[in-house]
Amino acid sequence: MSTVKLTVNGKAVSVDVEDRTLLSNLLRDNLNLTGTHVGCDTSQCGACVVHIDGRAVKSCTVLAGQANGSSITTIEGLAKGDELHPMQAAFRDNHGLQCGFCTPGMIMSAVDIVHRYGGQLDEATVRHELEGNICRCTGYHNIVKAVLDAAGRMKVSQAAE
Amino acid sequence: MYQTTYHRASSVDEAASLFGKGSEAKYLSGGQTLLPVMKQRLASPSDVIDLAKIKELIGVEAAGDTLTIKAATPHYDVATSAAAKQAIPALAYLASLIGDPAVRYRGTIGGSLANNDPAADYPAATLALGATIKTNKRTIGADDYFKGLFTTALEDGEIITAVSFPVPAKAGYAKFPHPASRFALTGVFVAKTKSGDVRVAVTGASQSGVMRVAALENALKANWSASAVDSVSIPSSGLLSDLHGSSDYRANLIKVMAGRAVTAAG
Ligand SMILES: Cc1cc2nc3c(=O)[nH]c(=O)nc-3n(C[C@H](O)[C@H](O)[C@H](O)COP(=O)(O)OP(=O)(O)OC[C@H]3O[C@@H](n4cnc5c(N)ncnc54)[C@H](O)[C@@H]3O)c2cc1C
Ligand code: FES
Ligand code: FES
Repeated sequence: MSTVKLTVNGKAVSVDVEDRTLLSNLLRDNLNLTGTHVGCDTSQCGACVVHIDGRAVKSCTVLAGQANGSSITTIEGLAKGDELHPMQAAFRDNHGLQCGFCTPGMIMSAVDIVHRYGGQLDEATVRHELEGNICRCTGYHNIVKAVLDAAGRMKVSQAAE
Repeated sequence: MYQTTYHRASSVDEAASLFGKGSEAKYLSGGQTLLPVMKQRLASPSDVIDLAKIKELIGVEAAGDTLTIKAATPHYDVATSAAAKQAIPALAYLASLIGDPAVRYRGTIGGSLANNDPAADYPAATLALGATIKTNKRTIGADDYFKGLFTTALEDGEIITAVSFPVPAKAGYAKFPHPASRFALTGVFVAKTKSGDVRVAVTGASQSGVMRVAALENALKANWSASAVDSVSIPSSGLLSDLHGSSDYRANLIKVMAGRAVTAAG
């Protein structure tokens, strides 16, 4: 057992876990943050993506101990109260989800993509950058539309800040 | 995953000494290979020794005619490094093709070379550029390092600390990715050294891991152009044959990717 200290969605947490605990397990089982989904056991689907120190990574492929001392943002940390994050709002408006299982990971990856590319996003880039996120329902088309839509909205809201 | 004990090392020496104390210890760098294997219970190290936070193992540096990538530098940082893009753009490009963005944020060059997956990308660049692998014990030339599938010259407990790439006159990489796994179905790295030598390394195709192809090297040495590979014949013996592609298909891919890599190199 080890004590893992993290900042999760802005709050300091300290959890005692077995050393084999994956970050995805810690978030879901110890912190009840079940928005982070686990869709595979081969590190390929991306449903579990969270941000560690601002980088979108697969939380099922990080030991809790490796994240010790880091700052984590999960899907639960994006909205400001009742106000959805622009990426969440764009997924809703563009019908970017059906069953919703892949959606938390899609959104966390997509926010990272917009941060990296800013206004330089086009459809081909979005499709290429979403390679690590698998969706069984939508055929991706509306997901790509949502990300492009949100990229515009996030640029506007950054400019307003 | 079976039980294990996690250690975070703060220096290479500390990591090596922790390794010596564990009964069946393993180093952990980006974890993008080791953790999936541990989740499937195909590996059960008693101890995992995290190298990823060791400062002396992180960074990309260009000095003179050499580009050095330290072992725990993630693929993303290589792909976006100004020094790498300037010195060996083909290498930065190769790093940008590994897996997907989440894998690139964590996976590292040291982990990739220690693992030596027969379809991994970095081995092709390392062999074609004639890089030197530095460890906590010695330096190993690329020609002596790769020993077949998932096998290298590393001894038990030896730590890769950095990889030094001589800056070539020209280099290019072309990869035909497996559409699901993103690994190379076949990837070809071509390099023309500053002394005029040509080296070609192929990943993903051979039953014995990354390999050089003398016939392509000779053809490109005589005539550095994509059309020079047309007349080369690549035997399919010794090439992988599986549900993703027959050995004949891979033999053809080697030529096609070699041509594209030369075009990319310019
Ligand atoms: C979905 C997915 C797609 C991928 N696609 C690709 C791809 O297209 N191309 C590609 O090349 N790779 C691909 N990979 C593999 C990825 O690049 C890995 O990051 C890499 O192979 C291993 O690096 P790591 O830092 O994650 O190593 P780890 O998983 O931490 O370690 C791997 C092995 O290397 C040893 N090791 C690690 N660092 C050192 C060191 N410094 N010295 C000695 N031994 C060490 C470990 O003990 C372990 O045995 C993919 C992985 C995933 C999950
Ligand atoms: S659950 Fe993490 S990649 Fe599938
Ligand atoms: S919406 Fe169902 S998996 Fe993507």
